[in-house]
Amino acid sequence: MNNDPLIIAGKAYHSRLLTGSGKYRDLDQTRDATQASGAEIVTVAIRRTNIGQNPDEPNLLDVLPPDKYTLLPNTAGCYTAEDAIRTCRLARELLDGHDLVKLEVLGDEKTLFPDVTATLEAAKILVKDGFKVMVYTNDDPIIAKRLEDIGCVAVMPLAAPIGSGLGIRNPYNILTIVENAHVPILVDAGVGTASDAAIAMELGCDGILMNTAIAAAQDPVLMASAMKKAVEAGREAFLAGRMPRKRYASASSPIDGTFF
Amino acid sequence: MQITLNGEKKSLDDGTHLSQLIEQLGIEGKRIAIELNREIIPKSEHASYEIKDGDTIEIVHAIGGG
Repeated sequence: MNNDPLIIAGKAYHSRLLTGSGKYRDLDQTRDATQASGAEIVTVAIRRTNIGQNPDEPNLLDVLPPDKYTLLPNTAGCYTAEDAIRTCRLARELLDGHDLVKLEVLGDEKTLFPDVTATLEAAKILVKDGFKVMVYTNDDPIIAKRLEDIGCVAVMPLAAPIGSGLGIRNPYNILTIVENAHVPILVDAGVGTASDAAIAMELGCDGILMNTAIAAAQDPVLMASAMKKAVEAGREAFLAGRMPRKRYASASSPIDGTFF
Repeated sequence: MQITLNGEKKSLDDGTHLSQLIEQLGIEGKRIAIELNREIIPKSEHASYEIKDGDTIEIVHAIGGG
């Protein structure tokens, strides 16, 4: 599938699986699972530096070096447009001008559903400020289109709540979003296991961003490998075009030439 | 002078520059970003920026997240 790159903001990627770097046991597991997933784009969070702790403690960027991975700073934990914008600007300074960001403005701690009005507001300001915005949103085709029109470089609808592992709850909305789009559509959140990833890709999604499905598996490195294959398999199945569904059987062996 | 660093009060000698604070914290050369009174201070200005009494400073880095 070398001739089928995922293009985000003009840059081509071989892998259609994007991973998060949270919830792993330790940094070794983060590195190993990320490698096994084949991901080229990896999300990171921006938080206060631990003042007064051991300054030699291992750093995330030691296992996810920015020259090897495209780091995607997120605005996780932000409940206002202002906090999200502030986080993106700090991330850009932190990563020497790197301007690809994952925008999420959350509405509620219980569901972690996006606050779409605040998301639209933040997206407008960030795009104007020169950021390349990959935006987390709900599975609403109208809002997805608005976010594209604002200038987001990728729109990332949830398939189910963040960290829920409930799978693709509304495949028809995801399909409508994909059909309407002129920017990459990536399912972000909700995938629980490999078949969920394959389903999202078979719907025509351009990629999937996941964290918990890998990190919270019993064996995260093995699940990362499974997800890599599922995303590739789902993509190939989408491109191949599935057979039509029929209610009754259709024999695979010819009827002609039977001798009984 | 008194400043607020990552949400906690801290005493500093008058005339301390941002780069000196970074050295005192043992985080020089680390990938960090600094916001002072809600304005980002670029790395290139850390050496010349003199911290003032009452400043609120946030020093952030990248950690695991989804």
